[in-house]
Amino acid sequence: MNIVEKILARASGRDSVAPDDVIFANVDKAMVHDVSGPGVIKVFDKLKKQGIDVSKLWDPSKIWVAEDHFVPSAEKVSAENIVKLSNFTKNYGIQKHFKYGMGQYGICHTLSHEEALVLPGEVYVGGDSHTNTTGALGAFACGLGHTDVAYVLLYGKIWFKVPETIYFKLNGKLPEHVMAKDFILKIIGDIGTDGGNYRTMQFGGSGVDAMSVESRLTLCNMTTEAGAKNGIVEPDQKVVDYLTSRGATGISLIKGDENAEYAQIIEYEGSEMEPLVAKPFSPENVVVVRDAPSVDLDKSYIGSCTGAKYEDLEAAAKILKGRKVKIRTEVLPASISIYKRAMENGLLTIFLDAGVTIGPPTCGACCGAHMGVLAKDEICISTTNRNFPGRMGHVDSQTYLSSPLVAAASAVTGKITDPRDLP
Amino acid sequence: MKGHIIKYARDNIDTDVIIPGQYLKIHDYAELATHAMEGLDPNFHSKVKDGDFILSGKNFGCGSSREHAPIALSHSGIKAVLALSFARIFYRNAVDGAFLLPIEIGEDAYNAISEGDEVNIDISKNEIKNITKNQTYGMKPFSEIIGKIIEAGGLFNYKPD
Repeated sequence: MNIVEKILARASGRDSVAPDDVIFANVDKAMVHDVSGPGVIKVFDKLKKQGIDVSKLWDPSKIWVAEDHFVPSAEKVSAENIVKLSNFTKNYGIQKHFKYGMGQYGICHTLSHEEALVLPGEVYVGGDSHTNTTGALGAFACGLGHTDVAYVLLYGKIWFKVPETIYFKLNGKLPEHVMAKDFILKIIGDIGTDGGNYRTMQFGGSGVDAMSVESRLTLCNMTTEAGAKNGIVEPDQKVVDYLTSRGATGISLIKGDENAEYAQIIEYEGSEMEPLVAKPFSPENVVVVRDAPSVDLDKSYIGSCTGAKYEDLEAAAKILKGRKVKIRTEVLPASISIYKRAMENGLLTIFLDAGVTIGPPTCGACCGAHMGVLAKDEICISTTNRNFPGRMGHVDSQTYLSSPLVAAASAVTGKITDPRDLP
Repeated sequence: MKGHIIKYARDNIDTDVIIPGQYLKIHDYAELATHAMEGLDPNFHSKVKDGDFILSGKNFGCGSSREHAPIALSHSGIKAVLALSFARIFYRNAVDGAFLLPIEIGEDAYNAISEGDEVNIDISKNEIKNITKNQTYGMKPFSEIIGKIIEAGGLFNYKPD
């Protein structure tokens, strides 16, 4: 069995599972945020009317709550959703509620690793499609809708069809100016936005072994854009060290068998990778940065669970140090812990000196919610994950997806720019 | 189940156009319905009628896990989406929440059925009859668990064996 089959076999109490088996898996951890939480509350209200008991959750200690999509509240509907969410966690005794304005909070997928909330080998589900991110820690991490999450919160289990696995093998390290974001864009460009549909996308090879945990998180994050059920990297000592330094204990490593089976193995050579962008209006619309159209950009956005981890901010700061931005540029660290480290290590000063505006952790403009959405015909380069029509604002705005290095280099020139070509 | 077709002859209709992100804060289903398909077809809300079906290409519903997407379509009156394929979360949200039927069709049905055609979907026979054109097409049968959840009326009414 491969790692996902092993995790799902354990979670469903079986000796083994194979692709296409339908199982009920016991869930180890579950998450909701300020969009899926109120959605779950609505499902609970409906169930109550049908006479289904919703008075107790399966295990409040295994559930955690994030405020990320619509904080800080820009208007009253969002503000009321936060009140609803707070009442929900209070009534059901959920202790891990990361609240805006009260210490550590941030984007749910960022908290899952920053706070070591999920461990290798666990089954983790969240009410958000980018829950896949956390597979970088060696967990089976999968996004679900409100009804499914409501089911998990009440019963601690959910059905899955065991996925086939596509194994992406990266031979050799990525070059210095190329980031994990470029590698995952390359893959999505090759297999398309349905290339991973219903399947697991697993990453390995010496290039992935050499990557930091944060880079692996970027890979798994955008498996969602290929339609995958989950993304995963087999955990190693780097993951153990990462989680241990954040307070986790009792970590055990799980790996696939030597003779594990994969539906497909696709190999890439690290040395051949280049900085890439995904053009509007699809993450599969990928071109090499040096072949990108010469458009006048209006904005550079360095934010989101995909592109505002500490290492992402560090990459942007490397470019922006001693330079000035030519277009509107925003940096929104993905959590308070990252924000604080960026301050302590001088990154925020570099950003401010370059002319950047620094915002609070939020999903914000990544999903067109608030805090810097795009006007009609505006063009943005962004470290986020999607660029469908209207994703970051007006339906006639455009988003190019890139690595933080490319987004920062483009902020300096106002054009889509390969970091190697900066004067 | 009989209804008229609203056809979007394209692939990869994503959740950002089915229900744009700015509306995710809304949990009033009727209000969500007024914004359904707004990112692609601003006339959708005025033209959709209760019982209509959407017909589309590959990878329908790709993108976000937002259950708002099948909810907005369902509360607009859409009873089924016929597509060449579906993105996984949209598919399971549609079924587990019993919002609408995601019907996988072949190229024959996709090409032959036009906007406004009246069709009858018979899931017991895995058959789609085009009443307007007097044609019949197959549909992909539901897998066992999906069929059982649909029959039960959603995940919460489904009792695993």
